[in-house]
Amino acid sequence: MCVVLLIYTIIGGLLFEVPRLNIVNETIRGLYFHVPMWFGMVVLFLGSMVYAIRYLRNPNFRDDAYSVEFANVGLVFGILGIITGMIWANYTWGSPWHGDPKQNGAAIALLVYLAYFILRGSVSSEEQRARLSAVYNIFAFVAMIPLIFIIPRMTSSMHPGNGGNPGFNMYDLDSKMRLVFYPAVTGWILLGVWITSLRIRMKLLEEKIIESEDEKNH
Amino acid sequence: MNLKMKKITKILVGLLLLLNPTLFAQDAQMADIMRSEGKIYVVVGIILVIFFGLIAFLVYTDRKISKLEKRLK
Repeated sequence: MCVVLLIYTIIGGLLFEVPRLNIVNETIRGLYFHVPMWFGMVVLFLGSMVYAIRYLRNPNFRDDAYSVEFANVGLVFGILGIITGMIWANYTWGSPWHGDPKQNGAAIALLVYLAYFILRGSVSSEEQRARLSAVYNIFAFVAMIPLIFIIPRMTSSMHPGNGGNPGFNMYDLDSKMRLVFYPAVTGWILLGVWITSLRIRMKLLEEKIIESEDEKNH
Repeated sequence: MNLKMKKITKILVGLLLLLNPTLFAQDAQMADIMRSEGKIYVVVGIILVIFFGLIAFLVYTDRKISKLEKRLK
């Protein structure tokens, strides 16, 4: 399902007709690739927070592993989102980093999640690490939402869709783009969840191996 | 010998002077590749970055799994 949707996204995203806008030109097709990265990141971080809450309600290794891996893959999506955004900005805004509120907000959100992994690395006790990082995870998600979705809309941002720039409102004119955009978002999110599930399986296996090694040693 | 050298340098300088404007024009075009044809190459770049980024992450995961497999043995 995920693969079919992504094949459709790449072919449709490159070949279907799109609205002709100045400055943005063909890069409007980036909508099918750059934007779903952020959607995917938010969904994965949401999953991470849900499992963090579940861990706090009932501490166990499983929920902690789920929470970490969701955050891990979410961060990868976020980094890819910001790199693709910089490439795009270089050729539409004139430089890769413009200090645009949306760019800064996204960068801060990524740093907040990077700090999550630093926090995990700095606590050696397994239980403490899981509990602390679960609490921090909730805080990080709550901090990310205004950074990405609210602050750029309150100030003037040059990002498409903000401050009267062509964005989602313009796409309303062209329902054809939605035909590709929605499958694209679903496809990329499914890909993220798939990779996450692989990493969770790996993490749980690792725990089992460690346990069996401990038994041998005793 | 000296005369020949002088002639050659003269010709070379002349050629360079002739080539220069065209070279500059080419340079400008080179820089515009990402901006040409409706900036479609920006989209290509974006797709490639995402693709290689995900592949790199998968290779990293693959290595971790190989390490686990070794520990199992």
